[in-house]
Order: sequence, then C-alpha cells, then structure tokens
Amino acid sequence: MKEITEILLEFGALSLVAFGGAGTVLPELHRIAVETHHWMSDATFSYLVAISQAIPGPNVIIVTLIGWHTAGLAGALAATVAMCAPSSLLIFILMHFWEKIRGTRWRLTIQTGIVPLAVGLVLASGFIVTRGADKSLGAFAITAATVLIVLYGKLNPLWLIGIGAIFGLAGLV
Amino acid sequence: MSWARSAIVDELRWLSSEEFTTLFGLCQFMPGPNIVNLSVCIGNRFQGASGAAISLLGLLFAPVVIAVTLGALYGRFGDLPAIQAVLRGIAAVAAGLIIAMGLRMAADLLKWPLLIIFSVAILWAVAFLHWPLLPVMLALAPLSIWVAARFYCGGA
Repeated sequence: MKEITEILLEFGALSLVAFGGAGTVLPELHRIAVETHHWMSDATFSYLVAISQAIPGPNVIIVTLIGWHTAGLAGALAATVAMCAPSSLLIFILMHFWEKIRGTRWRLTIQTGIVPLAVGLVLASGFIVTRGADKSLGAFAITAATVLIVLYGKLNPLWLIGIGAIFGLAGLV
Repeated sequence: MSWARSAIVDELRWLSSEEFTTLFGLCQFMPGPNIVNLSVCIGNRFQGASGAAISLLGLLFAPVVIAVTLGALYGRFGDLPAIQAVLRGIAAVAAGLIIAMGLRMAADLLKWPLLIIFSVAILWAVAFLHWPLLPVMLALAPLSIWVAARFYCGGA
C-alpha cells in the first residue's frame, strides 16, 4: 500500500510538470524509481525503458511498467492514472482558452521558451538510459549506430529494436 | 506522432490540417504526454467530457495490457541470461532512439542560439547533479521565456 501511495503522489505531481511529454520525464522517473525509492536498479530501469520503446502506442507506457514492477497490477494502474489524469484534466479545462489566445505574441513566446528545456530533458533521458544500459563497447556502438541511422536513414525504429535484440542474443552487447 | 497526424487528418478527416497543428501545439505546450493530451482534446471536441474519457481509454487500453503482460514476463523470466542479453541489445537501441530524438529537436534551437544555454543547464541539473525536476523547471522556465521574449519574440 505504501508503494501505491508513493506512486500516486510522485507520478501525479510529475504529470503537471511533464512539459514536452513523456520523453522529457525519464530523468525524473529515474530519480524517483532508482535514487529516491530504490524500487529498481539502474539496469532494470533501462530495460523497462527498452521494453516501453518496443511497445506500440504512447511512450508514457514506461510509467505502467514501473508501476507494475513496483507494486503489481494495482501499481501499473495507479501509475498510468496518476501520470495521465492530472494533465488530461488541465488540458480539458484550458483547451477553449488556448484557442481564444491563438496567434498572440505571449503565447508564441512561452512556446519558444519551453523548447530548449524539452530538448535538454530528452537528451538527459538518452544519457541516463545509455548510462544504465551500455556496459560494453558493443553496446555503445549500437547506440551510436542507432543515432546515425535515425538521423540520416529512413528505417522504422521497430526494425532497429529487432536488430538490437538479435545483436544482444548473439552476445555482442 | 506523424502516424497519428495522417490517420486523424488524412484518413478519418476528424480535423483539418490547420486545426491539427493548433491543437497539437497546445498538446506539446501543456504538461503531460502529448498524444494523451491530443486524444483528450479530440474526444472533447466531438463528445465533451465523455468523448475525452472514452478517447483516453481507447488510446491506453491496449498498450497497458501489453505493458502489464511484458512486465509480468520480465518479472518471471527477466533473470535468464538470454533475456538479459536481448534486453541489453534493445536498451542500447532505445538509448540511441532517445538521443536521436533529442538531437532532432535540438536542430530547432539553431534559430535561437541563446536558448541553447537552457538546454545545457537542465541537462546538467537532472542528469549529473540529480536535482528534482520541479524546482529546476520553476527556476529555468521563467528565465528561458524571458530570454525568448527579450531576444527572439519581439521585446518583453
């Protein structure tokens, strides 16, 4: 029960500062799950992120996996609801207001000011997952190759995930 | 997200391209998972509160079931060496996918070079200093918005 309460409080609060979406909250999820509450190890966190990337659908599903790992089915549901409900309620209330202030300068300004923070947080997420997952030269090579292929190629990420799984199974990572 | 756009705008014609861009701008700007926000907005537009709730449920139901299934499998078999090896491979790719997404987003910042300092600051604060997100965000967001207003969006 203690974990469920912690999940509801931590993820519920996080929901309201998750500017830029689920990709930007991975560092905070890591801090909560690994450093503060010791729900899992660094490596397990990275594996759960890996699994969440392989699941079709929104990447917010990482919180479902963290919840499941921490407190079973109740934890999974609590984590998903806590992460989605507060922000959904907020956007539900503010949607009409937003359409009214369309094109105004201060809206544009706020939007611009948020971008660098989202960029920094996504890069921090990548760094944290790399730190937890890549323990060998082969792993670093796969991470680097993935970055290059995504930036300069056109391969669907699911193929890359499949290839990564095969490389892993072949003992190259 | 590009898949969501083509389904919503081109195939189902729920929204015009311009409506999609406006709503998506809001969903990116507001806290919370973007696509979750988007489904709330679209559901709300058609059916009000019940539409928003149903749309959210539809979006999340299948992925949650899959996540719980995979989570259970991980709990049961996660310690097997072969599974560990596969997960190490996938995690290495996942790290690359996230970094590439960050770099792609960073390309937008070249238009506003002064703002890059805020990317570096928040990256440093959360990844190396392990500071909690909320105070870091509360400190950096107003500064970043002020710089955006002062230098890039036509005076504060």
